[in-house]
Amino acid sequence: MEKFTRHTGVGVPLKRSAVDTDQIIPAVYLKRVTKTGFDDALFANWRQDPSFILNQDAYREGSVLVAGPDFGTGSSREHAVWALRDYGFRVVLSTKFADIFRGNAGKQGLVTGVVTEEVLEAIWAALEAEPGREVTVDLETRSVQVGDVQAPFDIDDYTRWRLLEGLDDIGLTLRNEDKIAQFEARREAWRPRTIPVR
Amino acid sequence: MSTIPDRPRTLAEKVWDDHLVVKGEDGSPDLIYIDLHLVHEVTSPQAFDGLRAEGRPVRRLDLTIATEDHNTPTLEIDKPIADLTSRTQIETLRRNAAEFGVRLHSLGDKEQGIVHVVGPQLGLTMPGITVVCGDSHTSTHGAFGAMAFGIGTSEVEHVLATQTLPLKPFKTMAITVEGTLKPGVSAKDIILAIIAKIGANGGQGYVLEFRGSAIRSLSMEGRMTMCNMSIEAGARAGMIAPDETTFAYVKDKPHAPRGADWDEAVAYWRTLPSDEGAVYDAEVFLDADELEPFVTWGTNPGQGVNLNGVVPDPAEMSDPNERAAAERALEYMDLAPGTALKDVAVDAVFMGSCTNSRIEDLRQFASIVRGRTKAEGVRVMVVPGSARVRLEAEAEGLDKVFTDFGAEWRFAGCSMCLGMNPDQLAPGERCASTSNRNFEGRQGKGGRTHLVSPQVAAATAVLGRLASPSDLDALALTEV
Ligand code: SF4
Repeated sequence: MEKFTRHTGVGVPLKRSAVDTDQIIPAVYLKRVTKTGFDDALFANWRQDPSFILNQDAYREGSVLVAGPDFGTGSSREHAVWALRDYGFRVVLSTKFADIFRGNAGKQGLVTGVVTEEVLEAIWAALEAEPGREVTVDLETRSVQVGDVQAPFDIDDYTRWRLLEGLDDIGLTLRNEDKIAQFEARREAWRPRTIPVR
Repeated sequence: MSTIPDRPRTLAEKVWDDHLVVKGEDGSPDLIYIDLHLVHEVTSPQAFDGLRAEGRPVRRLDLTIATEDHNTPTLEIDKPIADLTSRTQIETLRRNAAEFGVRLHSLGDKEQGIVHVVGPQLGLTMPGITVVCGDSHTSTHGAFGAMAFGIGTSEVEHVLATQTLPLKPFKTMAITVEGTLKPGVSAKDIILAIIAKIGANGGQGYVLEFRGSAIRSLSMEGRMTMCNMSIEAGARAGMIAPDETTFAYVKDKPHAPRGADWDEAVAYWRTLPSDEGAVYDAEVFLDADELEPFVTWGTNPGQGVNLNGVVPDPAEMSDPNERAAAERALEYMDLAPGTALKDVAVDAVFMGSCTNSRIEDLRQFASIVRGRTKAEGVRVMVVPGSARVRLEAEAEGLDKVFTDFGAEWRFAGCSMCLGMNPDQLAPGERCASTSNRNFEGRQGKGGRTHLVSPQVAAATAVLGRLASPSDLDALALTEV
């Protein structure tokens, strides 16, 4: 997983609340066998509407999604995070996230920052005043900046640390490589082997 | 070695303690070593893809094995798979296995079959090990005194990359079954009765340990049936302490330890049963003498009753949630309260799945249908759990018994347990099934499932309505 310290990119105001994972990625895309390449699946139903925000030129390169409250509710599908990430989003800001979505996001390197309602409104206003404006998200200082708006956001210490260090679950476990290797060295010979050891 | 607590421990605790790589502190999970990782085509594609994206190899190819089961056809297995999703999943597994070097048993291979049948028959499943698979019925392997549980796709990737999993310890529940089973009553009936007793969520967060004289006298196949369905009580895993029956089953299997390794293993395995005075978080008791063949009437495995009974009346249920669930289930199942279950006619009988498709299950089914003819209009499918079981059955002439009876004899796979392949019920069709889930649409959209043992499935296939083997004896007597 890539380390995340600070990111600057086009902000996308998604002025909808309770965006569930079925909207983020419709179920038909779950049949795929890959973990990447879901960029076309992101908001697939909404994107059929030419006026949908991601279809507007100013937002096509968007990488900071600024969404209404209760983002990521519904089914626990990890695909929702993959789709956002594959499209190019590095950050989602909202006043409230569904827990499972937030957990999945943290494991895949997607920053989910919680802002207050006033901040959300202010960012939306700034982005709409000048479509295509860039937003800077600083994980170290937990702050977001766009135009004149400079505000803090919330993310728990543990997730922040993992994102700063670029550690996914596996990376975290592999920090204990030496202990795993020691354990393996003392495993008994009778334990099963699926193939002869080369 | 980690410090072993100086107090009586349960079987589950012992296996856990012996796999501790890192003890979690301050509420963080323990890091547990995984001895055996079973892989199949449905839950592995994204895991391999994740490894590829991060440039990670499979850490222990020698502790990993893959097979094709959920999507494989059970007829004309030499033809290309028609369904595109199914074919893609299988082809993806083949590509991933080749790229990463994972041992794979493909369709047509002698060792191909349902992942939970393959592990034990190869002798890879043994006491005192940890087993995981991206499949909830991994609990099956607990029958050997192993700690075995299903995991999600991200965890599959985690195990492929690290051969470990971060886990919080489970709670333990002792389920003691004492007594002797009546003829015609089997392991399937015990577990269905347990689930009906504790509920489809009664085991949530627990590892169940089945114990008592009735469990001791079960064969390994019967023990696997019980542990297989632990998950249907919501449990993380089911376990049975290893004993002479276990050792005899494992001995001389292709991957079983040999020589000095075998002796060392058995000596260790004998230390595994729960200590006298070990404390469980919960305890349940069941009297085996009282048990009758069991059958489900609803759409979760906890909705079951004695086969001699009647469909329960939701109006008599005091818990409003339970009542609502029962009402909905009866509507889906098209059953009226008070109907005698033995009056319920079926359209199909499915003999298969990782719950009941081992050679012993097929023998039991055969012993009842031998020399008989199936009821008219009933479709009977017999699907062995693995290609090896199929070969064994054919060597014993069981295939002939089945086809003479009028049943279809198929190739190995999950088949109508979940209908990911063409083996499905038509809407409204009713099936007596030896599988483990009677959820709405599980065996095909609109299909209705009654979970039963192989013996009940066989008697039902003969009479065309839900029946126990003793009903056939009664029939034989009146015919004389
Ligand atoms: S037989 Fe059924 S329960 Fe068993 S692994 Fe296959 S689909 Fe799952």
